[in-house]
Amino acid sequence: MKELTIISGKGGTGKTSILGAFATLAGKSVICDCDVDAANLHILLQPNIKETHDFYGEKKAEIVPELCTNCGKCEELCQFQAIQQGQINPYACEGCAVCYHVCPAGAVNIKPHLSGQWYISETKWGPMVHAKLGIAQGNSGLLVNMVRKKAREIAREQSLPLIISDGPPGIGCPVISSLAGTDMALIVTEPTVSGIHDLERIVKVAAGFGCVSAVCINKYNLDEYNCRYIEDLAERLQVPVIGRIPYDLTVTEAVLQGIPVTTLGKGDAQGPIQELWQQVGNLLGVR
Amino acid sequence: MRIAVASGKGGTGKTLVATSLAISLAEQKKPVQLLDCDVEEPNAHIFLKNKPNAEETVFLPIPQVDYGLCQYCGKCAEVCQFNAIALMKRTLVIFPDVCHSCGGCWHLCPADALKPVAREVGTVEMGQSDPIKLVSGRLKLGTHISPPVVKAVREKEDPASIIIIDGPPGSSCPVMTAVAGTDYCILVTEPTPFGLNDLVLAVEMLRVLGVPCGVVINRDVPGQDIIDRYCEMQGLPVLMRIPLQTQIARAYAKGIPLVESDPTWRAKFLELYQRVAGEVVS
Repeated sequence: MKELTIISGKGGTGKTSILGAFATLAGKSVICDCDVDAANLHILLQPNIKETHDFYGEKKAEIVPELCTNCGKCEELCQFQAIQQGQINPYACEGCAVCYHVCPAGAVNIKPHLSGQWYISETKWGPMVHAKLGIAQGNSGLLVNMVRKKAREIAREQSLPLIISDGPPGIGCPVISSLAGTDMALIVTEPTVSGIHDLERIVKVAAGFGCVSAVCINKYNLDEYNCRYIEDLAERLQVPVIGRIPYDLTVTEAVLQGIPVTTLGKGDAQGPIQELWQQVGNLLGVR
Repeated sequence: MRIAVASGKGGTGKTLVATSLAISLAEQKKPVQLLDCDVEEPNAHIFLKNKPNAEETVFLPIPQVDYGLCQYCGKCAEVCQFNAIALMKRTLVIFPDVCHSCGGCWHLCPADALKPVAREVGTVEMGQSDPIKLVSGRLKLGTHISPPVVKAVREKEDPASIIIIDGPPGSSCPVMTAVAGTDYCILVTEPTPFGLNDLVLAVEMLRVLGVPCGVVINRDVPGQDIIDRYCEMQGLPVLMRIPLQTQIARAYAKGIPLVESDPTWRAKFLELYQRVAGEVVS
């Protein structure tokens, strides 16, 4: 079983549109949305949800007012400023339980906290695992781990050789959870100065995971100078550029229709996305 | 006045709006401070051509063991909620990447064998690209947890200035840390189902935090009214529209702020500020 994860560093470079297209080209694979913070892949793949599960990813402290003696010990030791005047702010609480351990009156309870939901769904192109982090919740890395674990289980059960995952933007905790143990990171960038700046950072982060990395330049013809700059940068960072997708409004048209761009049946991006998929397949060794 | 710029979805134009707003206000001789709180991928300095003249390292405490005192009781591993310490025979293994720096282990060690030591998690760079004061956070590569770096940037807030905060994408902890306690949040989105989906998440997050918000529609196309309909239903003001134009995208690609590639935008950004100020007062 092989796993591909699409990441980008900078947001909005086209990860989800490309992954949605890959889902239609991959034959049967397990499709996974690791952007649990702002998931969008379901908009293109219209999954039919089969199972919904609650996700208790973190714990939160709770003070029993009848037992609290207002000694202030918990407030003093809380590193997250989550306790003020005997009240816990659940959005600041990280569930570290220091308050629970230090309270001389036994007035603090630590309780599992519902921080999101995850789903197992069917799409036209294969099973899909996705999630929704609750509003104003943290700890998305744990939910990403959960989604990926389920995707691997499904791949084993159904003997599917490939998992394709849409990753979150950035370089922080959910990105790291999306990369751990993957076979290949496809980094989607764009020829903007911001894209260039962020590419260098994400390439270095991905290099720490020992997976195969490759770069795809989306909207490459938006700025040909920056595009060449990215090609040189990638060479210096020793990552191959395996795809160049033109700036093409039909990609947005597909998003507006809620379908993968490959099923739109037109546009300049189609051919290059298919070629990109061939290159990904070669690097992953799935064909 | 503290104005945050956030979006839910990445790549919708947060930095474009934050930098052009800051430049327009600075040209009116107003004191402006721009805080780049997108510490995973900070980009505002590129548009302001800012050379930082001071840098501070952001540290978080992580535990260090004194084997002369350790009794190998395993209490630290037991109390750690993040599995950041494991006791293996006569060695304590500490995993700094998953440590939340809560202090549980060093507060609760019965032998006082653990003490906090500083671990670098990022930097805060300060610079003046006259007359804008820019503060940028930068998460150290490979580090998991970005909110402490966001907090370190926000500790530099200058109350005498109009503070503009360029936030990270998404709607979980890094964004919440960037927008909490601000007077207003400008949400930048695009008129697609992706833009709408993530806008809804960001609006719900802001309601929990009690931060009022309005919307800037970027890559606006006449007739594509998916965002307008949502805003109308929710009673959210549409503060500004930036049309879908290849020349805007090309200038952005080169790192030229919108108000510099097309100076007619200055008046529109000042008007945006006036509208936000008006919303805050009401």
